[in-house]
Amino acid sequence: MNVDPVMLRLFGGLVALLTVASITGRLLAARAVTEGARATVDNLNARVRAWWLMVAIFAAAFALGRGVTLALFALTSFYCLREFLSLTETRAADHRALAVAFYLFLPLQYLLIWYDWQSLFSIAIPVYAFLALPVLAVLKGETEDFLGRTARVQWALMLCVYCVSHAPALLLLRIPGYEGRSLFLLFFLVFTVQASDVLQYVFGKLFGRRPVAPKVSPSKTWAGLVGGGLAATLAGGGLWFITPFTFPQALGMAGAIVVAGFCGGLVLSAIKRSMGAKDWGAMISGHGGALDRMDSVSFAAPLFFHLTNYFFAA
Amino acid sequence: MIDHLLIGLTRFLVGGHPEWVGSAPEDRQRIYFANHASHLDTVLLWAALPPRLRRVTHPVAAADYWGRTRLRRAVATGVLNAVQVDRTGGTDPRQRAAAVEGALAAGHSLVIFPEGTRGPGPEPAPFKSGLFHLSQQFPDAELIPVWLSNPARAFPRGAYLPVPISCRVRFGAALDRRAGEGKDDFLTRARNAVVELSR
Repeated sequence: MNVDPVMLRLFGGLVALLTVASITGRLLAARAVTEGARATVDNLNARVRAWWLMVAIFAAAFALGRGVTLALFALTSFYCLREFLSLTETRAADHRALAVAFYLFLPLQYLLIWYDWQSLFSIAIPVYAFLALPVLAVLKGETEDFLGRTARVQWALMLCVYCVSHAPALLLLRIPGYEGRSLFLLFFLVFTVQASDVLQYVFGKLFGRRPVAPKVSPSKTWAGLVGGGLAATLAGGGLWFITPFTFPQALGMAGAIVVAGFCGGLVLSAIKRSMGAKDWGAMISGHGGALDRMDSVSFAAPLFFHLTNYFFAA
Repeated sequence: MIDHLLIGLTRFLVGGHPEWVGSAPEDRQRIYFANHASHLDTVLLWAALPPRLRRVTHPVAAADYWGRTRLRRAVATGVLNAVQVDRTGGTDPRQRAAAVEGALAAGHSLVIFPEGTRGPGPEPAPFKSGLFHLSQQFPDAELIPVWLSNPARAFPRGAYLPVPISCRVRFGAALDRRAGEGKDDFLTRARNAVVELSR
């Protein structure tokens, strides 16, 4: 286990940020008088506490290396997929397709990253799972809502496994002059996405009035999107020194991540609502489920992966 | 050791955290009765009880499933603390009841699935009379309805492996006993108490 001094400083920075957030939370809790304010502050503090845990897990995974980082993301995909499919209507006739999605395609996707097999990594789920899963389901002979059922399983697998796996797949990229430092790219992605979520939440709470899509997600406001999004783009851009990008390039990448992340949050919110739920689960106190935390990552990761691959990788 | 493994696996795959909505996990004699749609049900309900209650609670398990292989038998008796009953009718019904009543007579609690077999749909099938007789014979045992959601989706009939779909175990308020209530009325009321928990 060798810890990079730069990585150590990055996590030191996160600890400092969270310390400030925890102290602010304490102060706000002491000042909150109305019922509504208290509920907001309680939720904020629950979120901050969960952040401590998430940063700790992430730091441990980074320190322990590539294998543990992959395992962490595989586990995250597992919980997201479980949450997604638990809320989706599935039938007994889908059982084999579900079993193969969980026990074959999910581990396979991460093993392909481990073995550096980028070509198969890119097509295993969109081609092979896409063709194989409906075959497994059709053998059961149940035709009712067949397209809907097939689509739901494929969507679940695409979002929770394929898209999310593009975050650790950054470790696959060979960027000239950036050898052995690809964990920093993953840090850049996750930091920017999560900073964007937090800052949009904060800006939305402070200044937000008009929701972007009131029926889908009343908490996403224009002020949150523009203010939080710009702040997160700046924050991400400020990390240019750990990336292979120049400062303007890093700003552009962070901007793309922020926009994709926002779209992911919006689309997953709509899916969630179409299933009649407010949160994907209750795994992380204050945040809802694992998929509530990963919704923006699922859209931002593939875009960031391919932008970096196209413009920077060898 | 094996029990921790089984509980860990259950939590990992299907969750199954208990929700006590009308009662609390107390140290008293109880008959838990639940809907039945999957072989997962027994393990799920067992894993939802706190350890000290688990030790004195016996799921009533069908011998034709839980007694079939040596592994299942070992899990059923050694880990789940199950009382096995023969559903196939090979044995005298009075002898079948004896094992179940023995556990209650010893002051222990019971988990039963009054539908008798895994039902086909989401709604539980009509309840069989066993629950009624036990409730008459052991008037001090609290009757706790339990709703299990999703196990049939995680592990449907005829499947080899459970898939990870979150299940919930919801414990309701104890069913009161009404003097002079007939068997059918009682069983309908008991079934309704379980269905009510699903809402």
